[in-house]
Amino acid sequence: MSTSAGVPDAVQPDLGQPDLGQPDLGQPDTGAPFVVQGRGGGLREVARRRFLLSLLVRKELRVRYRASVLGLGWSYVKPAVQFGVYFIGLGMVLRQNAIGDYAVYLFGGLVVMTTFGEALGNATRSVVANADLVRKIYLPRELFPVSSLAVAGVHLAPQLLVLVVGAVVAGWTPDPVGVVALLAGLGLTGILALGLGLLLGAANVLFRDVENVVDLVLVVLVWTSPVLYPWQRVADLLGADSWWFRLYQSNPLTVAVELVHRGTWAQASPGNALAMPPGLGGRCAVAFLVALSTVVVGQWVFGRLSGRFAQEL
Amino acid sequence: MTTSALVDRAAVEVSGVSKHFRLRHTHSLKEAVVWTVQGRARTDDFTALHPLDLTIEPGETLALLGRNGSGKSTLLKLLAGVMAPDSGQVRVRGRVAGLLEVGAGFHPDLTGRENVFLNAAILGLSREQVQERFDGIVAFADIGRFLDTQVRFYSSGMFLRLAFAVAVHTEPDVFLVDEILAVGDEAFRAKCLDRIERLAHEGRTLVVVSHDLPLVERLCSRGVLLDQGRLVADGPVRLAVERLRAAG
Ligand SMILES: Nc1ncnc2c1ncn2[C@@H]1O[C@H](COP(=O)(O)OP(=O)(O)OP(=O)(O)O)[C@@H](O)[C@H]1O
Ligand SMILES: [Mg+2]
Repeated sequence: MSTSAGVPDAVQPDLGQPDLGQPDLGQPDTGAPFVVQGRGGGLREVARRRFLLSLLVRKELRVRYRASVLGLGWSYVKPAVQFGVYFIGLGMVLRQNAIGDYAVYLFGGLVVMTTFGEALGNATRSVVANADLVRKIYLPRELFPVSSLAVAGVHLAPQLLVLVVGAVVAGWTPDPVGVVALLAGLGLTGILALGLGLLLGAANVLFRDVENVVDLVLVVLVWTSPVLYPWQRVADLLGADSWWFRLYQSNPLTVAVELVHRGTWAQASPGNALAMPPGLGGRCAVAFLVALSTVVVGQWVFGRLSGRFAQEL
Repeated sequence: MTTSALVDRAAVEVSGVSKHFRLRHTHSLKEAVVWTVQGRARTDDFTALHPLDLTIEPGETLALLGRNGSGKSTLLKLLAGVMAPDSGQVRVRGRVAGLLEVGAGFHPDLTGRENVFLNAAILGLSREQVQERFDGIVAFADIGRFLDTQVRFYSSGMFLRLAFAVAVHTEPDVFLVDEILAVGDEAFRAKCLDRIERLAHEGRTLVVVSHDLPLVERLCSRGVLLDQGRLVADGPVRLAVERLRAAG
């Protein structure tokens, strides 16, 4: 690589003089308020710094797809392959036929699970992965988990497209309640991932085991919600009135999956709506409360620990 | 230290700030358990900065001096907000830009151009402000066609050029510089020093950490000497430098 091009130009004869080509620097701002350093403004500050957030998201995508021909196209390929594997494995090899429109049912649940998994997995790693920035410069640290969530949102778009097209092909005429349920399901997934991501992202700085535990838990989570099977199976197994089943049903991710099912799958064929679990509205409200409190707790813990990030990394 | 009449307009106020480092020997749960079972201390406490007060007026040029490990970079990081103090608080008025390390806030996989945007946004500029100042930044950095190369292929001097160019163009009210001019070539160094002096003349506050004593004497008027995390001298830079030299 030749270095002769630009660098030696720096040796200019006019070095002693101020650079006249520069825009004049404004006067220093002595009227500005006194700000306590090292105490970030949390998620509120993130909301104020959307430009920086957008650059971090772009950076993330750029790094992820560096030297890759397909680039963002991979975000279409990966869920499609995963979907195909489940569909062939469960639908055709194991011949499950308890669920009508199985493809839509399955894909709806998987959209929630892959999005949650990606957002939480990356948010957990986000602070450690950005150690270079964290150690050397100040920026609101919450930006890292939030940008992981935003990246997951970017990857959600193609899946959502496939889901909606699939549901319409299967017979869904988009209904207002359905659209609201679909958006609520995805919103719930995002809020929950953000809260847990803040919590675990901070914890991962202290103990790197956290990211491995999260990966493990994410594998199990697909089975603790009605993604691959109908909810009645669990009701039969645990007893529809048992506390275990209530616990199963109050899992916010289960609620998110059911909301997405309600949005797309339930109206795809006449019989599907009857197979939806009862009491979804009430559980939805509770799940949102739970998810929002994980954000509050996550933000609190993250805020407490973030002053130590720079020295621990 | 400073007259109290000025305190309420100070640019930087450090009050009772201390910093401990817990030297953790364990970084996984397994290690933590094993060490606990064996009865070995999992952490070692180390005081990098003892409680310290310091007020810096707007437009003051302050040199932080001290031997290796005396806590200069730690104090600068506290001023920049990169770390939080264990006690006391640091308050700063206006925009802070810190050049704490070469390449801070640069991502190796992004090009120089993208990094200019990222770095400027980190320092608090809006999209419009970056676009407006972009040409000035590039002209100052003067790295020619490497602008569109990933910065992983930059030399450390080129890193410095870009980082310095971005930092001065954010119009910081408080400018923190830690020992980084060392990697610039003679010409760029002169250009930077010139620019730093100009910032100071505009009434911006400057805190410089350097072992280059002649440079520090040229740039700064006030010197603060740290020794093992304690502030041992504060006064005209010449006296602080003399004291440091005398201590060897
Ligand atoms: N993250 C950290 N964890 C543990 N100890 C640390 C950490 N950062 C700094 N220290 C310790 O704090 C002390 C002060 O470090 P600091 O970097 O502030 O020194 P310095 O005055 O900048 O020295 P130098 O002139 O070599 O740059 C050192 O003993 C260092 O080992
Ligand atoms: Mg240092």
